[in-house]
Amino acid sequence: MELYEMSASELSLMLKEKKCSSEELTRSVLSRAKATEEKVGAYLTLCEESAVSKAREVDAKIAKGEKLSALAGIPIGIKDNISTKGILTTCASKMLYNYVPPFDAFVMKKVNAADIVVTGKLNMDEFAMGSSTENSHFKKTHNPHNLDCVPGGSSGGSAAAVAVGSAVISLGSDTGGSIRMPASYCGVVGLKPTYGAVSRYGLVAFASSLDQIGPFGRTVKDTAALFGIICGHDNMDATSADREYPDFTAALKSDVSGLRIGIPKEYFGDGVDESVKQAVMDTVRELEKQGAKLVDISLPSTKYALNAYYIISSAEASSNLARFDGVKYGFRAENYDSLTDMYEKTRSEGFGDEVKRRIMLGTFVLSSGFFDAYYKKAKLVAMDIVREFGEAFEKCDVIATPATPGTAFKLGENMGDPTKMYAADICTVTVNIAGLPAISVPCGKVNGMPAGLQFIGRKFSEQTLLNSAYAVEQLTGEVRPVNV
Amino acid sequence: MEYETIVGLEVHAELNTKTKIYCSCRNAFGLEVNTQICPICTGMPGTLPTLNEKVVEYAVKMGHATNCSINNVCKQDRKNYFYPDLPKAYQISQADIPLCEHGYVDIMLDGEEKRIGITRIHIEEDAGKMLHNDAFQGSLVDFNRCGVPLIEIVSEPDMRSSAEAKAYLETLKSILQYIDISDCKMEQGSIRCDVNVSVRPKGSTEFGKRVEMKNVNSFSGAMRAIDYESNRQIEALERGEEIFQETRRWDDMKGMNFVLRSKEDAQDYRYFPEPDLTTIYIPLEKVEELKKTIPELPNAKIKRYVKELGLSQTDAELIAENLPRCGLFDECVSIGGVSPKNISNWILADVSKYMNETGKDISESNLTAEKLVKIINLIEDGKISNNSGKIIFDEIMKNNADIDTVISEKGLAQISDDSALEKIVNEVLAANEKSVNDYRGGKTNALGFLVGQCMKASKGQANPAKCKELVLKYLNG
Repeated sequence: MELYEMSASELSLMLKEKKCSSEELTRSVLSRAKATEEKVGAYLTLCEESAVSKAREVDAKIAKGEKLSALAGIPIGIKDNISTKGILTTCASKMLYNYVPPFDAFVMKKVNAADIVVTGKLNMDEFAMGSSTENSHFKKTHNPHNLDCVPGGSSGGSAAAVAVGSAVISLGSDTGGSIRMPASYCGVVGLKPTYGAVSRYGLVAFASSLDQIGPFGRTVKDTAALFGIICGHDNMDATSADREYPDFTAALKSDVSGLRIGIPKEYFGDGVDESVKQAVMDTVRELEKQGAKLVDISLPSTKYALNAYYIISSAEASSNLARFDGVKYGFRAENYDSLTDMYEKTRSEGFGDEVKRRIMLGTFVLSSGFFDAYYKKAKLVAMDIVREFGEAFEKCDVIATPATPGTAFKLGENMGDPTKMYAADICTVTVNIAGLPAISVPCGKVNGMPAGLQFIGRKFSEQTLLNSAYAVEQLTGEVRPVNV
Repeated sequence: MEYETIVGLEVHAELNTKTKIYCSCRNAFGLEVNTQICPICTGMPGTLPTLNEKVVEYAVKMGHATNCSINNVCKQDRKNYFYPDLPKAYQISQADIPLCEHGYVDIMLDGEEKRIGITRIHIEEDAGKMLHNDAFQGSLVDFNRCGVPLIEIVSEPDMRSSAEAKAYLETLKSILQYIDISDCKMEQGSIRCDVNVSVRPKGSTEFGKRVEMKNVNSFSGAMRAIDYESNRQIEALERGEEIFQETRRWDDMKGMNFVLRSKEDAQDYRYFPEPDLTTIYIPLEKVEELKKTIPELPNAKIKRYVKELGLSQTDAELIAENLPRCGLFDECVSIGGVSPKNISNWILADVSKYMNETGKDISESNLTAEKLVKIINLIEDGKISNNSGKIIFDEIMKNNADIDTVISEKGLAQISDDSALEKIVNEVLAANEKSVNDYRGGKTNALGFLVGQCMKASKGQANPAKCKELVLKYLNG
C-alpha cells in the first residue's frame, strides 16, 4: 500500500516507529495530488516546497525524539477560505484572486504548532456559497467516486482531496452543511463542530452566526484527532466557547449499548431519496442490534429551516462581503470614472452569480420595511428550531438523519435552478441554525455512490457523535482512497 | 411673524481609552499615518472584533453623569454603508438598544438653569480619515482612527437658540473632562457634532421640518451654523416656501450650508445585530459601582460655590470649568480657616496666571493646597501683607521655598502688634507736625502721607490697615 492511502493514525505510528519519514509521506501525497489533479481538481494552490521543508523539520524533531502531537508530520489540505499567512487565500473568488493574508487563522496556528504539514489550499464554492463546488471562479472539482458528479459543497475540494488521497486529512468550513454534504457525497467523514468550539478567527466570513471550521478524515479516528487539535478557546473570537475538551481519540469507543438514537420523521419525508433513507435506516437498525435504542421524534419546524437559513445566511453575507470593494486588496475593476463606479464595477466583475444572488437577497431582507417580515421572522423560526432540538434531546442522545437528501448529482445538473441546489441542504441547515455539532459518516453506497449518515448531538457532545460514527465505521469498514 | 428655533444635537466624543474598541491597537492621535493599525481595525478578511470593556465602562459613566438609565443588557449592531475610510463597509454601532437612554443635563445660560433631555448614548467605532493633498493624485486613507472608540450622545430637541446649544455643548464637554473619559480636543476632532435645526411660529406646539447639518467642527461653528440655518428656514417660510427634511453640509469658512442629500436619498443602513459579538451584559453591581465613581459635576459645583461659599456666579463658573483649578479650590476649602472668596481670588489671579505663563499643570508645580491656605491665612491674620504673599508665592513656584524661611529671610513679617505700631505712629506724628495740622485743618490727603511715613519708618513691615487705623485714631482723638 502506498503511504498516501493510509490513515493518519496508521501513519503517525509508522512515523513514530521510523518506518517512514514525514518527507516520504508528504512526497507521496504531493505526487498523488499531481497525479489526480487533472481529473479531480481539488487544489487551488499546491505548496510543494513549504510542505517538504515542513516535513523535513518534523523529521528532524522525530529524530531528536521530541514529543510531538498525534498528527505531527501528517499532510493536511486547507479550504481556501481559511487564512494562511503568506499563502494565497482566494475563497475561490476572482475578488481575492491575488490575496495573501498577513496573518494565520487561529486553526492554522494550531495546525502549525501541531507540526501538521500543509500541502495546499483546496477548492470550494466561491465564498463557501454553494452545494457543488461548481461556483468556484477557478475550476470545477470532480467527485473521485464518479468524475461526472460533483463532490458536493462548499468544501468540495476538502472532501475530494481526502477521498482521493491527495490529502490525508483536511479542514473545511460548514455554514449550512458545507462539510457534511461533501463528506457524504465523497464517502469520507466530516465533522461540523458545535458553534464556538473552533475559533472562527481567520475564516473569511460567510455567515458569522452559522460558520464553523471542521475536520475531514477518511476515518473517524483521524477526524477526532484533527478536531482535538483545532478546538479550544480563542480570545480573538468573542463567540468562542471557554471550556475544556476531552482527548477525543483516547475516549473513542464503538459501544452503543443504551445509546438513544432519535429518528426525526421530518428528515425521512418527501424529497429524500428512498434508497438513501434505506441505507441510513439499515445502518441504525444494525446499531439497534448492538444495544442502541431507536426513538421516534419530531422536529416540526424543519419545514421552515431552509427559508430561515437562506434569509439569515444571506443577510449576514451581504454585510460580511461588503468589504470586498476594491479599495485595499484583491480585485479592482480596471476602468471606472468615480468612486461609486469603481465600487459597482469591481463588485459586478469580481463576484460570481451565486454570490451576487445572495448579496442581493441579503441586502433585500435587511432593507428598511422588510427587516421584520424576513430577518426577524427567520430569527423567530431559529428560536423554534432550537427549542425543538432541546425537547428532542430530552428523549434521545443523538439524532440520526441522512446527511443529504440524495447522493452526488451530476456536474451542471442543478446549476440552472438555485432553489433545487438549495434543497440539497435540507438535512444539514437546522444544525447550523441551532449551533449544534453534527457528523457525516459513510453508511454504504447507493447506486454506486457513497451515502452519508448524519448524527446530530447536543452542544459540545462531539465525543458522543464521534463514538456513534465510530460504531458505524465498524460496520462499513475504514475508507481508503478511491482510484480515479 | 415671530419664530422659534428648535435645536437638537448629536455629539460624537472620542473616548480616551488606551486601546481601540475592537482590537489592541493604541488609541492615539497625531501619529504617522497607518502606523496604529492591525488586520482587525483595517477589516482584513477573516478578522473578528472583540469588545474593549473599558469602552462600555466609560459610556456607562457618561450615562450616569447625564442621569440616564443604563441598559445593562444590550447589543451591538452593524450599520452598513460603503466608503473608503470604512474598511469593513460597516460600522459597529448600537441601533435599537443603546447602552444609556432617557437622561438629561442642566445647562446655565445668563444665570438661568435649563434642563436638556438626553435621548440616548451609545457606543460605536470611528472610521478612518481620507487624505486629499496636492502632493499626490487621487485620495489616500489613514486608518489610524479606525476603531477609535466613540460615544454618540443624542439630545432631545430641547434647545431654543444657538446660545443654548453652545451652553449645552460646553456642559457636555466639562462633564466628559470631569469624568475623564475624553480628551475633548476640538482641534483633534475628539468632539464632533451633527446639528438638527427646525423653526416654527412662536406659540406653535408642532415641530417644523428638521434639517440636519454635518461637518460642524467647533462650538462656535455650531452657533454660526444654527443661526445661519434658522435664518435660512425663517426666510424661506416668509417667502412662502416649504422646508424640506434634508441633510446639509456646513461650510464654516463660507458661513453657509449646502444640500448634501434629500430625504429621498437618505441611506438605508440596513442595521442588524452584529453576529461576531455577544450580548453586552453588565452586572447591576458593576453599574452601581461605576455610578459611585462619578465626581460632583460642574453644575452642581457652581451651585454650591455660589450658595454655600458665597462666590460670585462668574468666579464659580471660572473655578468649576477647569478641573485642576476646582480640585485645588475644593482642597483649600476643605482645609478651611480662610475665606473661600480669598481662595478663589488667589486661584483665579496668581495661580491661573502662573499656570498660563508656564503652561504647567497645578499637579506638576510646587504648589499645594496646604501652602496656598497658609499664605492666605497669614494675610488674613495680618501677619504678612498681600504683596508679601505674592513674593512668597513666587518663591514657592520658582524655588519650592519654605514659607517661614522666606518670611524671615526677606523680612516680610508684618508688624501688627498694637504697642509696637503705636510707638512708630507716635514718632512719625511727632516728627510731622505740619501734616498733622494740615489734616486737622481739613486737608484729608495728608492722611495718606502720614500712613506712608509710618510704613517707611517700619521699613515696610507695618500692617498698613492697622497703621491707618491708629493714625486716624490719634488725629481724630
